[in-house]
Amino acid sequence: MIPYLMCFALFLTGLYGVITRRNLVKIAISLSVMEFSTFLFLALTGYVEGGVAPIVDPADPVKVYVDPLPQALVLTAIVIGLATTAMIMAVIIRIYRKYGTFDIREIKNLRG
Amino acid sequence: MNPLIPLFVIIPLTGAFLIMILSRFIRNFGRYFASLVLLLLVIISFYFLFSTGEKVTVYKAGGWEPVNGVPVGIYMVLDGFTTLVLCIINLIGFLSVFYSISYMSKYTSENYFYSLFCLMTAGMNGVVISGDLFNIFVFLEISAISSYALVAFGVEKNELEATFKYQVLGGIASFIILFGIGFIYWKAKTLNIADIRVVFSSGYDKSYYLLVQILLLTGFGLKAAIIPFHAWLPDAHSSAPSPISAMLSGVLIKAVGIYVIIRLFFNMFAISQGMSVLITSLGALSMVIGVFLAIGQWDIKRLLAYHSISQMGYVVLSVGIGMMMISKGIRNEVAALAITGGIFHLINHAAFKGLLFLNAGAIEYATGTRDLHEMGGLGKHMPATAATSFTASMAISGIPPFNGFFSKLIIIIAAIMAKYYLLAALAVIVSIITLASFLKFQRYAFFNKTDDGNDRKIKEVPFPMLFSMIVLSIICLLLSMLALPGVRETILTPATDILMDPSKYPSQITGI
Repeated sequence: MIPYLMCFALFLTGLYGVITRRNLVKIAISLSVMEFSTFLFLALTGYVEGGVAPIVDPADPVKVYVDPLPQALVLTAIVIGLATTAMIMAVIIRIYRKYGTFDIREIKNLRG
Repeated sequence: MNPLIPLFVIIPLTGAFLIMILSRFIRNFGRYFASLVLLLLVIISFYFLFSTGEKVTVYKAGGWEPVNGVPVGIYMVLDGFTTLVLCIINLIGFLSVFYSISYMSKYTSENYFYSLFCLMTAGMNGVVISGDLFNIFVFLEISAISSYALVAFGVEKNELEATFKYQVLGGIASFIILFGIGFIYWKAKTLNIADIRVVFSSGYDKSYYLLVQILLLTGFGLKAAIIPFHAWLPDAHSSAPSPISAMLSGVLIKAVGIYVIIRLFFNMFAISQGMSVLITSLGALSMVIGVFLAIGQWDIKRLLAYHSISQMGYVVLSVGIGMMMISKGIRNEVAALAITGGIFHLINHAAFKGLLFLNAGAIEYATGTRDLHEMGGLGKHMPATAATSFTASMAISGIPPFNGFFSKLIIIIAAIMAKYYLLAALAVIVSIITLASFLKFQRYAFFNKTDDGNDRKIKEVPFPMLFSMIVLSIICLLLSMLALPGVRETILTPATDILMDPSKYPSQITGI
C-alpha cells in the first residue's frame, strides 16, 4: 500500500508546485513531477507479488509474471509526456523573449 | 467489421505528414491539400451517418478476435452517436480550413498551420471513434498538443500567455484522466469501455467506483471547460486565430470533453443518483455563470468564448436530467427526450458558434479590431457578414425558425416534464440574457454609426471566407429540420438509443 500512497503524495507535491510557484520553468517542472507520479502509479498497477519480467519461458510454465500491459501504456504515455514538455518549454522560451521575465505575476495581459 | 472506420484517423494523419514534406516543393500545397483531406472526411462521415442507423460497427485493429468473450486489442466503435459527432467535427473542420485559405495568408509558415490542423482533426476523430480508454487518452493528447500549438500560432504576448494557461490546465487534466484510467485498470484489468461495463456489472466497491467517476469527471470537465474548470477557455479561444477558435469552441470542447463524459457516464459506468445530481448541477452552474460572465465583455471573441461555456451548460444540464430520470427508473420517455435535446443542442452549438467565430474573424480581418467600442456601421460595408452573423446570433439566442430554438425548446420541455421547474425557468432566463448580449453585439458591430463616417475603407471579405460563413448559416437553418418527426428518427434517435439502453452497447461489442 505504501508505494501507492507515495505516488499520490508525489502527485500532490507536483500540484502544490504548479499552484504556488511563480517561475514559469518551475511550474513546468512541477507539471513533470505530476506526470511522472501518474506513470509510476500506472506501472505499479501491473505489479504481481513475486512476479518476474513477462518474457514467457516454456521450460518453466508455473512462473508468475507481472502484467506487461501497464508497461506498454507507460511507454506510450512517456512519449506523449515528452511532447508536452517540449511544447511547454518552447512556449516558455517564447514568453521570455516577449515579456523579458519568467515571473508569472508580470504576465497578465489577459483578464476579465 | 468495417475497414473504412480507421480512415477517420489515417487520412488526416497522412495529410499532416504529406503537407509537411511536400509543401517544401510545391507552392500553396498545404492550403488546398488540407481542404481536400477534410472534404474527403466529410464525405466519409456523411456516408456513415446515413448508413449506420441503429447498428454498432466495430473495427478490431490487427484482427484480434475476443478470447473467451473478453476483447483484446484496439477496438474502434461506430454507432449512432459517434457518427453524429464525426459529422460535425469534419464539417466544421472543412469549413474552417476553407476559410483559412484567405484568413491565414497574412501569417507566416502557413504550412505548419495546415499540418497542425490535420493533426488536431485526427486527434478528435480518434477520441470519438476509439472504443477503449487508453486510446481516448492518446488521441486526446494528440489533439491537445496540436491545439496548444495552434492557439500560440500568432506568437504575440496574448497568444503565448493564453497557451501557457491552456497548457498548464490541460496538462493537469490529462494527468487526472490518466490517474483515473490507472485506477480503472487496477481493479478491472481491462481498458475496453464495453468490457469495463461488463466487469463492473458483477459488483464493485462503492467508494472506489465513486473515486474513479470523480477523477474522470474532473479531467474531462477541465477539457470541456464546465464552470469550476473554465479559467483557460476565454483566453485560449479568444487568442487563437479565428478558424481555430471556431474549431476549439465549436468542436474540440465537445469531442474531447462533453462527448467523452456522455459516453463514459452512460455506457461505461452504471448511472447513479449522486453522479447525476452532480452533473446536472455542474451544467446549471455553467449555464448561468457563463452567461453572466459573457454579458460584460467588449471583446467579441471573449464574449463568444464565455457563451460557449454557457451553451455547453445547456447540453450538460439536459444530459444530467436524462441521467436523473434513468437513475430513478421512471419515465424513460422523458429521459430520452432530455438526452435527445442535449445531443441536438450539441450539434446546433457546433454550427452557430463555429459561424459566430468565423464572423468575428471576418470583422477582425476587415477592420483590424476586436473591440466592440471601435466598430459600428459595418452592416453597410459587409452585408454578407452582417446577415450571416445575424442568423447565428438569432440561432444561439433561440429565436424560432433557427436551430437553437428547437433544441432549447426540447430541453425546456424535458425539464418541465421531469418536474424540475427551477431548471426550466433558469434555462429560459439564460436564453433571454443570451439574446440581450447578442443584441448588444449586433447593435455595436453592425448597426451603430461611428463618428468618423464612411472614410474608413472597409471591404467585404474574400470569397473563401464568405463561402464558409454562408454555408454555415444555411446549415443553421437546415439543422432545425432535425426536430421534425421522420428526420429525427433517422438521425437523432439512434444516438439517443445507444445511450439509453444500458446493455446494448456492451453486448454489441463484446458479443461479436
